[in-house]
Amino acid sequence: MEVSIDRAAVDRCREAAARIVAPVEAFIGRHSTVSVERAVLRLLGVDGVGADDVPVPNLVVDALPAERRAGGVARAFGAALAETGLAPAQLGAELAAGRCRLDDFAATPEAAARGAVAPYVDAALARVRSRRSERDAWLQRRPQLPPPLLYVIVASGNIYEDRTAAVAAAQAGAQIVAVIRSTGQSLLDFVPFGPTTEGFGGTYATQANFTIMREALDEASERLGRYVMLTNYASGLCMPEIAAMGALERLDMLLNDSMYGILFRDINMKRTFVDQHFSRMLNAYSGIVINTGEDNYLTTADAVEQAPAVLASQFINEQFAHRAGMLDAQIGLGDAYEIDPDREDGFLFQVAQAQLARQIFPNAPLKYMPPTKHMTGDVFKGHLIDALFNLTSVMTGQTIHLCGMLTEAIHTPYLADRVLSLDNARYVMNTARHFGEEISVKPGGRIERRARDVLAGCEALLERVASIGLMAAIDDAAFADVKRSPDGGRGFDGVFERAPEYYNPFEEALRPAAAGVG
Amino acid sequence: MSRLVRPYGDTLDDGKVQLSFTLPVTWSEAADEAARRLVASMGFTGVQVAEGRGIADGFSFFVVYAATPAAVDVDAIPPSAVRAHAMTMEEIDAFVDERIGRKIRLAGACIGTDAHTVGIDAILNMKGYKGDYGLERYRSFETFNLGSQVAPEAFVRFVKEHDVDAVLASQVVTQKGSDVRNFTELSELMEAEGVRDRVVLICGGPRVTNLLAAELGYDAGFGRGTLPSEVAAFVAVSLAQRLARRPHPSPA
Repeated sequence: MEVSIDRAAVDRCREAAARIVAPVEAFIGRHSTVSVERAVLRLLGVDGVGADDVPVPNLVVDALPAERRAGGVARAFGAALAETGLAPAQLGAELAAGRCRLDDFAATPEAAARGAVAPYVDAALARVRSRRSERDAWLQRRPQLPPPLLYVIVASGNIYEDRTAAVAAAQAGAQIVAVIRSTGQSLLDFVPFGPTTEGFGGTYATQANFTIMREALDEASERLGRYVMLTNYASGLCMPEIAAMGALERLDMLLNDSMYGILFRDINMKRTFVDQHFSRMLNAYSGIVINTGEDNYLTTADAVEQAPAVLASQFINEQFAHRAGMLDAQIGLGDAYEIDPDREDGFLFQVAQAQLARQIFPNAPLKYMPPTKHMTGDVFKGHLIDALFNLTSVMTGQTIHLCGMLTEAIHTPYLADRVLSLDNARYVMNTARHFGEEISVKPGGRIERRARDVLAGCEALLERVASIGLMAAIDDAAFADVKRSPDGGRGFDGVFERAPEYYNPFEEALRPAAAGVG
Repeated sequence: MSRLVRPYGDTLDDGKVQLSFTLPVTWSEAADEAARRLVASMGFTGVQVAEGRGIADGFSFFVVYAATPAAVDVDAIPPSAVRAHAMTMEEIDAFVDERIGRKIRLAGACIGTDAHTVGIDAILNMKGYKGDYGLERYRSFETFNLGSQVAPEAFVRFVKEHDVDAVLASQVVTQKGSDVRNFTELSELMEAEGVRDRVVLICGGPRVTNLLAAELGYDAGFGRGTLPSEVAAFVAVSLAQRLARRPHPSPA
């Protein structure tokens, strides 16, 4: 099916999004954050925790005086590597234990510092490339079933229970498993360490937990004869670090949005913009597909009214992703099925919006989120609403399909809830597999008119934002009726201006890959 | 008076119920029998395992129909006090003007780790729920929607700093009883910080009942399908009663 849309309006939206993002990119280029610097250390091989379970990357970055931090942690750390001859992991441990300080090596020449870092940069990039080729080999040898790729979440709080749930879900047809993070992790300015067995509404994202889940899903992939993907969250205050860990542990997807944290978690906008850029450079290089968070516009306000904001956010996310070097095939733009089920023709509106995104972003692996806002304790009705969500997804060719749970709004899913949900999706998507190819949309009809209205609303919103600038627009509550000031919110103290001699070896290495795209 | 009732399938007093559950066993006919016995051991009769199947290695899922001999006396359940004051928005505004003479300051939040603001938003947001305007629209209320994941300590601090009259705590999603723990923590903290007596304390969420609320030390609990006007009326009436009991402050 195809809905007739005004291509010139689409071009104007893209152009407006480019005008919105360009000045922010200039700002990003002049700044770094503590989380970017910690990600650099993690990639170099610094890990573990020191006193009071504070991660070593935090200890090292926090101990740097501001004027040296402005030059990039790699510079100071490289000087210490050159002087001590230690490997990064050992140096990190020495620094954490207080047996030496980066300030002891302030006089080391820049060339020596860079030279000492270089082999570890090469090793890190080689490891990321090898994880990427592993994924490619898996997908060759054990191909996935065709999209929509069925995606479920596990969220017990205990990584070992999550593993059981993930393997069971894979057997029941899940193609992507996301481990929901413990609530509140997005606001932690560090990444916890080691395997974890306690969490709230989810399980902490740690590198050890990533390893545990990846191993279990590899085993399941082998047994099932199809590769099962693993997803986590590069959002919140530690976007770049999670992106680094995801690259090293062969995660396949990461939730990563250019504005979500600002609007819905009150994270400082400058922090988020700088962090999303570096995390996306890493995602681009590691072949990870990002999932953006437009569903949040719909769950916090009226879904019919917010539709233009969803599309506008998709354009902005696309721009930011391109500028970090991501290919269209890595940009899983979000949308959700959240219109009030009591609304007449609500289904038509959902189809219009989903099809609009499909046509405007033809090569993006669109991420479609299930109904949550209007789900009640009536599991029977909920299962039925999920079925229509499933139908919308298959008929409009969505790529990443987060299966709705009949027990949404009751509890984090039970094992059987996931299976019932996967059964529902598999039934609907199989029985209506080629429905979308067989139907055409009535010219001038309700679906087409709705698509046109949403696109027009989106263009007006993007123009308004472009005219005052993205930061000012967010300060003026242009998105989701949420007002955030440029210097307010969490994590602002972790943003700093780069000195002229700023050095980030990974950014330098990955920038050529970013050039020429978008 | 007592009125005993049983679940109704298609005949009065047939006691029919449906259950579904998972057992951590690989499916076989013996697993179906295990499910049947399990349900029988709960006191059900006429147990029929309508569906039993393996859903993953080591896990089977069952749908079971059965009858219960148990009955419940519905007349023994005390009526809910919280919906006793049906008033419209205009009536509530007028009531507050007359009985309180100033705006009621009300703060709401999704407490603890819960990020689902759908309940608190339905009550507070101007748009409201099912055509019933939210409290932000009331002339007689000044509302503060603190959003999601508000720690009980932060909530209590806000209540103290902003002279709040009424507190709405919401919990939508639970994991292993986290909702009850969070509600309890908030009410205990209110008590410990000495603000409990000066606020109307209300909890809400799909699993909240007024009985549960009373047990946890709340003035009222509002469950599924609550309209904003029901909450507003309860707050207005309770606050008016409370102020009437309190000695009048001396004129400034």
